Amino acid sequence: MSKRNIPEFAIEPERYELQEAPLHQFNLDRRDFFKLVGGGVAVFLLLPKSLAQESGRRGFGSREPLPQNIGAWLHIGENGAVTVYTGKAEMGQNIRTSLTQAVAEELHVEVGAISLVMGDTDLTPFDMGTFGSRTTPTMNKQLRQVASVARDVLVGLAARRWKVPPSLLVAKDGKVLQPNSSRSAAYAELAQGQTLAQAIVENDPLTPASEWKVAGTSVPKIDGRAFVTGEHQYASDIRRPGMMFGKMVRPSSYGATLESLDVSKAKAMPGVTVVHDGDFVGVVAPSEFEASRAAAAIRARWKTTPQPSSAELFEYLRAHAEPGGSDGRGDYEVGSMKEGLATARHRLKATYTIAYIQHAPLEPRAAVAEWEDGKLTAWTGSQRPFGVEQQLEETFHLSEGKCRVILPDTGGAYGGKHTGEAAIEAARLARAADKPVKLVWTREEEFTWAYFRPSGVIEITSGVDGHGLLTAWEFHNYNSGGSAIRTPYEVPNQHIQFHPTKAPLRQGSYRSLAATANHFARESHMDELAHKAKMDPLEFRLKNLKNQRLKFAFTAAANAFGWNTRKAPKGHGFGVGGGVEKGGYVATCAEVAVDRKSGNVRVVRVTAAFDCGAVVNPDGLRNQIVGANVMGLGGALFEAIEFKDGRITNGTFTQYRVPRFQDIPEIQPVLIDRKDQPSAGAGETPICGLAPAIGNAIFHATGRRIYSMPMVPNGLKKT
Amino acid sequence: MARMTEILVNGKRHAIDADAEATLLSVLRDDLGLTGTKFGCGEGQCRACTVLLDGKPIHSCLTSVGDAAGKQITTIEGLAKNGRLHPLQQAFLDAEALQCGYCTSGMIMTAVALLRENSNPDEKTIREFMQGNICRCGTYPRIVEAIKRAAATMKKS
Repeated sequence: MSKRNIPEFAIEPERYELQEAPLHQFNLDRRDFFKLVGGGVAVFLLLPKSLAQESGRRGFGSREPLPQNIGAWLHIGENGAVTVYTGKAEMGQNIRTSLTQAVAEELHVEVGAISLVMGDTDLTPFDMGTFGSRTTPTMNKQLRQVASVARDVLVGLAARRWKVPPSLLVAKDGKVLQPNSSRSAAYAELAQGQTLAQAIVENDPLTPASEWKVAGTSVPKIDGRAFVTGEHQYASDIRRPGMMFGKMVRPSSYGATLESLDVSKAKAMPGVTVVHDGDFVGVVAPSEFEASRAAAAIRARWKTTPQPSSAELFEYLRAHAEPGGSDGRGDYEVGSMKEGLATARHRLKATYTIAYIQHAPLEPRAAVAEWEDGKLTAWTGSQRPFGVEQQLEETFHLSEGKCRVILPDTGGAYGGKHTGEAAIEAARLARAADKPVKLVWTREEEFTWAYFRPSGVIEITSGVDGHGLLTAWEFHNYNSGGSAIRTPYEVPNQHIQFHPTKAPLRQGSYRSLAATANHFARESHMDELAHKAKMDPLEFRLKNLKNQRLKFAFTAAANAFGWNTRKAPKGHGFGVGGGVEKGGYVATCAEVAVDRKSGNVRVVRVTAAFDCGAVVNPDGLRNQIVGANVMGLGGALFEAIEFKDGRITNGTFTQYRVPRFQDIPEIQPVLIDRKDQPSAGAGETPICGLAPAIGNAIFHATGRRIYSMPMVPNGLKKT
Repeated sequence: MARMTEILVNGKRHAIDADAEATLLSVLRDDLGLTGTKFGCGEGQCRACTVLLDGKPIHSCLTSVGDAAGKQITTIEGLAKNGRLHPLQQAFLDAEALQCGYCTSGMIMTAVALLRENSNPDEKTIREFMQGNICRCGTYPRIVEAIKRAAATMKKS
């Protein structure tokens, strides 16, 4: 018998997310730093790369430059204000709150005393970007380290002042105290007159999750009030003195090049600047109304080239697989498929397809760009402030320090805002107009010129023996990506391969990326196998699993859902799906109701059990789990980008259906709080189990197996 | 071209100088700096731009400022009174009925209109009335909850 191989689930950026930029340099010296932020105590966390010749902590002489490769830093001002600097971006996933909790936990101050400066390339340390559910496992931990050292520094200052050993002192509620004495000093008092900088590496012991007091609780959204009053300023809300409004004139289709251009009418309009640079055509005007009118007055002729259409998408993907096959990422082979299929009692081969879909964040891409003395400042909504900075530097040939990108907390991203198109365009327009320019993409621009979640074709061949155990598993994914391509089930013979293909549309990251496609295919297939083996779909999964955390998640979801205790009413069906991704374990059960006459499919209720290690903010986590399932509902049931002749043919909210109030089932999140496990990110993985759970429930209700996402864009058609 | 020189927003007269055909949304945001009202789609499909015109919810992205002449416009900035949040604003906070918050103004303004029409809406009524508002973060169940809570609070007071 072949050796059993327990698959490992490495957490690594998905191929479409890998756009690593060179590490940024931080060029201040210590004195400059304190001049900038004021006196007090600062703690810097050095990233491991820079620590080859260093160990432990060290202080800085006043002339010594600050260390390179900083992960995050924290400053306690002479007034006691705690400011944390991180390159991460807030886009609704509530990390501003959960990271604040992490600092409060270790520093022993109130949440309200802490402010976070996020995603500002002049003020925060370099960060690759906010994606891949990496903030909680990395930045959360780093900030806890920084905060815990800052606390020690303050205790040390008090110890020196009172000439007692630090071990006799405790930090509590923003003060250092000497128990059994009346001595106490507020952090502000201790930070007075200091310019103390400490660099640390990630090796200090942290408060275990079982002893958390602030982390692990449902702290409400920081700045929540600014959002319900409309005060919060997104990038699209930024106003600058003398600001003008930009509008782009877009090519008629993908791949089109400019043939001729008549801008005379637009140019004659008062206050209008027309910008024409190669295929870049745009206008600047004193108001949005005038900008739109000027752009509409421009006559452009575009030379088009033949482009693929969504009608032939899946044939196209298969036909355009890159020669030489996969680049090896995610590929896996063990045992022999031939042997595995030979020993199987039931064999199954099936193909699954996944359409292109769009993030459609409610705040479209937007930027305000301003040039001053050769320095460009851009306010924009993005997940990668330093990525956008680099794009701007490259586009405008700016030397270092000549570009600053500021990210106000963004109006939704979901993986869709890794790039800086709007900032680049606004900057080009602003340079021509010599005034600050705001550019907000229209919804149609967003649907056409942003990027999409990759479409895909997945082929699975499998075998199950007479005991209901998997014997063979072959899995080929064309284009959609390698996230969660491996199976968490025990299979002695496997062949797993990702096939990059030439993509017909611009594609990139999306919440969970290919994990949704790969889970849909695998978990639908597992369901079909279970039925072939005449086993309960849940029992079949548990029987083929060794992974304890995933087994627990399946059981928790099934119990809360009533998998074994409730019966599906007539016309209804139950389905289950789940898996492992980005350090999180998800299991989802769904109940659907199918109207036989109309073919209408309604998702009635969903139970999603999720284990992401120690829970940092239970209510925030529930919000993320429910949100992921609501978003996932669209891709599962009806969302699909349609395109023809280089144009998106359903690029408006009138045509492209997203989940709305009346689509939403009862969603029950079940939190599995593993205080003994490190916290993993939670924004993405809870989306993975939904589509297969719904598909399997439709099968349970009707006997119809669906192999494509979206599953029922026009209801369940009669066969 | 007709110009508009004045509009009534949140109980105040504002002098403006805008083309009457410009959208109410752009005048509120760009001329008056009331950026709490958001642009989401420009096609009346997401209601991020909802404001009240003489108490009725409208898409400010599809309404020309000329059509708002002489009418009372209420925006999200006009809800809180003397620093005290409107019960719906408070309920959205209490139910944590937001993630990125970009749809929140439009959700609250639409819900204000709903509760004016029906002070005790059931779940089905809320969903029907709110169907035109999109939240891409998927906080719909919490928004329903927030509206129910606000209705209860408003009944008490």
